[in-house]
Amino acid sequence: MLEIRIHGRGGQGNVVAAYLLATAAFEVKRYGQAFPNFGAERRGAPVVAFVRIDDKPIKRRNQVNSPTFLIVQDQALLHVPGVLDGLQNSGRVLVNSTLNSADLSREMGRELVALPASSLAKDILGKPVPNTALLAGFLALTGILPVDALNQALSHRFKGDVLQRNLRLIEEAAHYVPHNQWKIA
Amino acid sequence: MLQALEGSQAIAQTVALCRPQVVSAYPITPQTHIVENISKLVADGLFKCEFVSVESEFSAASVALGAAMAGSRAYTASASQGILLMAEVLYNIAGMRVPLVMTCANRAVSAPLSIWNDQQDSMAVRDAGWIQLYCADNQEAIDTTIQAYRIAEKCEIPVMVCVDGFILTHTLETVDIPTQEEVDAFLPKYSFSRTLDPRNPISIGTLVSPDFFTEARYSHHQALMKAQTEIIAADEDWAAISGRRSGGLLSIIGNPDAKIAILALGSVLGTLETALEETPPAEPVKLIKLRSFRPFPIQALKEVCNGLETLIVLEKAISPGSGSILGMEVMAALSGLENPPKIYNFAAGLGGRDIPLEVLSQLLEAIQKIPSGEFHILDVNIEKLPLEDR
Repeated sequence: MLEIRIHGRGGQGNVVAAYLLATAAFEVKRYGQAFPNFGAERRGAPVVAFVRIDDKPIKRRNQVNSPTFLIVQDQALLHVPGVLDGLQNSGRVLVNSTLNSADLSREMGRELVALPASSLAKDILGKPVPNTALLAGFLALTGILPVDALNQALSHRFKGDVLQRNLRLIEEAAHYVPHNQWKIA
Repeated sequence: MLQALEGSQAIAQTVALCRPQVVSAYPITPQTHIVENISKLVADGLFKCEFVSVESEFSAASVALGAAMAGSRAYTASASQGILLMAEVLYNIAGMRVPLVMTCANRAVSAPLSIWNDQQDSMAVRDAGWIQLYCADNQEAIDTTIQAYRIAEKCEIPVMVCVDGFILTHTLETVDIPTQEEVDAFLPKYSFSRTLDPRNPISIGTLVSPDFFTEARYSHHQALMKAQTEIIAADEDWAAISGRRSGGLLSIIGNPDAKIAILALGSVLGTLETALEETPPAEPVKLIKLRSFRPFPIQALKEVCNGLETLIVLEKAISPGSGSILGMEVMAALSGLENPPKIYNFAAGLGGRDIPLEVLSQLLEAIQKIPSGEFHILDVNIEKLPLEDR
């Protein structure tokens, strides 16, 4: 079972990102579970969402305390206590940042992969919502699900121009990370 | 059809499949997505019903009551403070034996303010005279909502479907949404024996003198106890159509011959089940999944506890000044057994505190250190309290 924790701020589509990832798992006949842990219900407040992906039904309901992967939608959250807590020793972190991965890793003293998700989203969607670009990067890095599964998950949630722009965004965003670097055997 | 849906969205779609003609609701976290999704289905023309936006939960319950009395299948949903604001109407709905169905998206009650999950809200209205069914996952929330209409309308008792707020309402997972044909085959058209009819006027909810009030309460109590048969039948009949059971009054997970059992309500059972699979204890442990809290299935509970040595009750509510709510009822129900098990009562997960997989080992360790019959909060961190409050 894969456990993923997504950190972001209210308004960044944190929960939607978790739902999209679990839905993408469903699209390829795997089991996905996604749920949020809200703090204050307002824009800007830190929000955490959890995703589990497995080949059998997922019964546990506890929060993800020792994730294999972290997706961080706001670089500033890396300095917030608790964000990196519980990450497995072999765990990996994908961060929405305009820095390059080497610089960000040096700054944080651990290996991280950076993806300029907000700026890509601003260009393509017209809004700096980083969630779908980060998901595309995450799938490219891990290869855990085919990109087509994310396309299908997106097409359940969005329609028309918003969908088209998101599909363009995820295609573009995938080029910004090394493919299969985090591939799980 | 199998779909990946948020619990609230699944419940909203299911409510639509039950064809209520009136839905009345006031939004409150974590129920909001349920009624939001229903109102969207209505606005999109996918669900034909009168959606009444009201100014309070008191009115939400009152409108649903009136609609059901006037001959419409009706629905409402709430949580926490909303349930408390409805409380007076909930007693009236039950006392008038109106066949309503509502969802309680279980949440803690103020103060201190918490938007997160526990089951204090539905426990606060346990004596209102409603049937209360607790769901362990979102599939059960779907299937129980459908069954609830059948139970309510056959027994003329309202049914509250209790679904853990956030933990189920906001969790996206794979669920099977039944077809309209399946639901139609299971649920007959709404009928209520005391539907208001101007050609045949009757009085309802009227003043009852001491000459009859006791009999009204007696018959209500008897009706709830008898409803156990219909709760089981609804689950069986729906299983014949859907292939799924939600656990009747109660069900057993794990080795039925285990001498140690943990009894709980709602979504924590999934976590306990996983813990049992991943870290099987030295001595076998079974889970008693209590689905029907009202009526309280005394006989069924006695049967599954016969020969049991240790019973741990785990609940997400507290009666300050006494302790356990669920545990008290379990102890009372089992007091007549010839060799009753030792019973240990715990609360955990209050106000949204996460219940981790380690809950299983924590419970099994805790009972080594305390006498049976006591109540403890499993996950309290007393270091956070000043000395005088410990």
